[in-house]
Amino acid sequence: MKTNKKTRLVVIGNGMAGIRTIEELLKMSPDEFEITVFGAEPQPNYNRILLSPVLSGEMNFADTVLNDWSWYQEHNITLHAGKLVTKIDRKHCVVYAEDDLAVPYDRLLIATGSNPIMLPIPGINRPGVLAYRSIDDVEKMLVAARDKTTPSKRAVVIGGGLLGLEAANGLSLQGMEVSVVHLLGWPMERQLDEVGGGLLKNALEKRGLKFYMSRQTEAILGEDKVTGLRFKDGEEIPADLVVMAAGIRPNIALAKLANIHCDRGIVVNDTMQTYDPKIYSVGECVQHRGQCYGLVAPLFEQAKVAANHLAEYGRMRYEGSSVSTKLKVTGIDLFSAGDFSMKPGDEELLLQDSARGVYKKLVLRDNKLRGAVMYGDTLDGPWYFQMMRDGTDVSEMREHILFGQMHIGDAGRGGALNVAAMADSAEICGCNGVTKGTIVKTILDKKLFTLEEVRAHTKASSSCGSCTGLCEAILANTLGDYSAKPSKKALCACTEHAHQDVQEAITKLKLKTIPELMQALNWKTADGCHVCRPALNYYMMAAWPGVYRDDSRSRFINERVHANIQKDGTYSVIPRIWGGVTSPAELRAIAEIAERHEVRTVHITGGQRIGLYGITKENLPKMWGELVEAGFVSGHAYGKALRTVKTCVGSEWCRFGTQDSTGMGIKVEKMTWGSWTPHKFKIAVSGCPRNCAEATIKDFGVVCVDSGYEIHVGGNGGIKVRVTDFLCKVATEEEVLEYCGAYMQLYREGAHYMERTAPWIERVGLAHVKQHVVEDAASRTALYARFLESQKYSQDDPWKERAEGKDAHEYESLATIA
Amino acid sequence: MDWLQIGHIEDIPRQGSRVVQTSKGEVALFRSVDDQVFALNNKCPHKSGPLSQGIVHGKRVTCPLHSWVIDLESGNAVAPNEGCAHRHEVRIAHGVIFLEVEAEACKV
Repeated sequence: MKTNKKTRLVVIGNGMAGIRTIEELLKMSPDEFEITVFGAEPQPNYNRILLSPVLSGEMNFADTVLNDWSWYQEHNITLHAGKLVTKIDRKHCVVYAEDDLAVPYDRLLIATGSNPIMLPIPGINRPGVLAYRSIDDVEKMLVAARDKTTPSKRAVVIGGGLLGLEAANGLSLQGMEVSVVHLLGWPMERQLDEVGGGLLKNALEKRGLKFYMSRQTEAILGEDKVTGLRFKDGEEIPADLVVMAAGIRPNIALAKLANIHCDRGIVVNDTMQTYDPKIYSVGECVQHRGQCYGLVAPLFEQAKVAANHLAEYGRMRYEGSSVSTKLKVTGIDLFSAGDFSMKPGDEELLLQDSARGVYKKLVLRDNKLRGAVMYGDTLDGPWYFQMMRDGTDVSEMREHILFGQMHIGDAGRGGALNVAAMADSAEICGCNGVTKGTIVKTILDKKLFTLEEVRAHTKASSSCGSCTGLCEAILANTLGDYSAKPSKKALCACTEHAHQDVQEAITKLKLKTIPELMQALNWKTADGCHVCRPALNYYMMAAWPGVYRDDSRSRFINERVHANIQKDGTYSVIPRIWGGVTSPAELRAIAEIAERHEVRTVHITGGQRIGLYGITKENLPKMWGELVEAGFVSGHAYGKALRTVKTCVGSEWCRFGTQDSTGMGIKVEKMTWGSWTPHKFKIAVSGCPRNCAEATIKDFGVVCVDSGYEIHVGGNGGIKVRVTDFLCKVATEEEVLEYCGAYMQLYREGAHYMERTAPWIERVGLAHVKQHVVEDAASRTALYARFLESQKYSQDDPWKERAEGKDAHEYESLATIA
Repeated sequence: MDWLQIGHIEDIPRQGSRVVQTSKGEVALFRSVDDQVFALNNKCPHKSGPLSQGIVHGKRVTCPLHSWVIDLESGNAVAPNEGCAHRHEVRIAHGVIFLEVEAEACKV
């Protein structure tokens, strides 16, 4: 149904950027637009990234189609495929195309992409010279490769960049004899340094490619057909097919003709608007803040922003992308991100193992990662890339950083180093039993591009998250060179804002309720979702202690009813046992209560508590009442909160004990219990360096020594075993308490919701923690004061309140019908 | 049809849920942020998690066990998940809630 009231949107370009923008637009305003699309190619929208697998024979064209003809029909989009646009009349707002087509617009989107650079060499127009850009080029190459009439089929690829090598590899797999001619001394010089490039060249030579490096082509030889090439130095080589892969150039001819301001590309602002306010532009044809992009992730970000403004939400800004690259040649693992050319003041970390074929180079400036080149073992690529974008201070991990995240403590990937080499049957996600084969198939079948999509469709990485790195690596490997991710991850699908934006906005704009925040930050949903609401509730609570009223509707069930839900819908009850020290009287009380309520399982927890399992919800308040009567408080074993303080018996009993670790632990627990944190928070105090309380895998660990107390932070004994970092040593119990409070407060204020201390420290860097908690005494004092202030409002026992009748509706049925 | 009066809309917290015990199992009643009331069997189609304990957002609830999202209007799981928690008819008159105890068949 088209009515005149709709906004007429004309899109020039039926490629990935233009169509992605339409998809984003349809999500926001499905009925507001009358859309016309012009595409130069006669095909529907296809995934240009997958041309290389089509050339190599690993896929066929149908696998690459993103939106088939029916999609355009379903959404009432008029598609003129194979019709070239000839003119944009900006004054009358009309687009002219072949066959006397004239389509008026209210808004125009230019997504004309880029053109391959055809070097001005004599003979460039001879039959047998092809570009490498469209499915049409690929089909012509396949015809040439499979041509039975020519006996020896020799191809020459001009250009040893990413595209050139992929073309060369594909042609070689099609049985051609392939040579690569490159102007510089090593291939992919924009992504690789000399050593990495050399390794790549060797590997490709072993697969049968021939390289002519540092050569310039002077002429393409032949009469009516290509027969060979001549270099500047006079040498000639034979060729039946020449592929030009010397790079791409933004396709701005139409825009220039219409006098829209262009430089190298069509110049746009942060809203993807050109100098003509009715005209927007996205994709490879665009120049934004001086940058042109040729990768898919930036283009998707641009599409989101352009759609947001076309739909008149007018909220988002595109602020540029950092990109990483991966070569899509099966069996060759190569990753590159950032800037790795050395500038004065930069430092270089190198690892080279020729026998294993592994090369890694990291470039640091001011203790931050600026660039990474990896060859042979690229699994840590996404990790380095993440730290690059987060600006993580890596000074504390530089000894180990080259060995990868696994070495830092990520044991959650089963020791796998190379996803490309993994069998399809290899289990990637242990929680949900998802294999590599399933993930790859789903990515291709469902045309997925992001980690979030992989999670939604396969469930891999959606539970404990320990296989996230592996899933990202598989995604990168399957899609090829397009492994860049949006520079900021949105908190959830309800918003474009990242965690950090939301945290800052709360204090800056003094937002004090969730609805206020959703309004101020333009939430897309009326009342959020199960991902954002608990996060917002936490941020509010952390920002406005004593003022903000906890929103129980935004609490996950466990925190709402102060018990841990089990698989059958019953709950566990785990009372607090201070420092793990109990008494016969307490044990007797627990035993009697457990018996009275016919508790099905009594279990000693890993944190030195006693867990009672199988309690029905109706029964909780009664049981709590009895526990409170016996002197217990809630153990918060269900919360993103201080869980337990585990101790050993220390100097009171142990012949090796150096300090009173139990006493210290109880003091710490009395101070910290009841505090809400971004994720669960565990503490332990060991009485000597034998460390029986396992303090070095806790969020905050104290190891007593003869001369005082060592403080360790950021440990984790769960999904990813991570040994703590040593923070500092202090002399007195009072100092332990102060450092503990200050450290917890820094974490409470700075970490993202659902981020344990281990990944938080890896993100912000230990140096950040040291500075605020150890070196800057004023900062420590202030943090500690804020922690204690916040604790004033959080140490009312939730069990006692509920035993006395608070929130009774949570525990009782509304009605019983016989 | 078998309409039974089971309570008042104010008995259910906004963005919350209450359970009605019936001879055929538990029925969860949900109240959305804009005060609409929906009823589903209190069993997630995935692993029978109690939907009444989930977070209610828009016209949806997220199961507390494995975060499946169920559409309250249809009772169907939101894609890419598939399944249905049978819905019940609900009527409200002057704030009083009436429930059809018999669950509807799934519509896919």
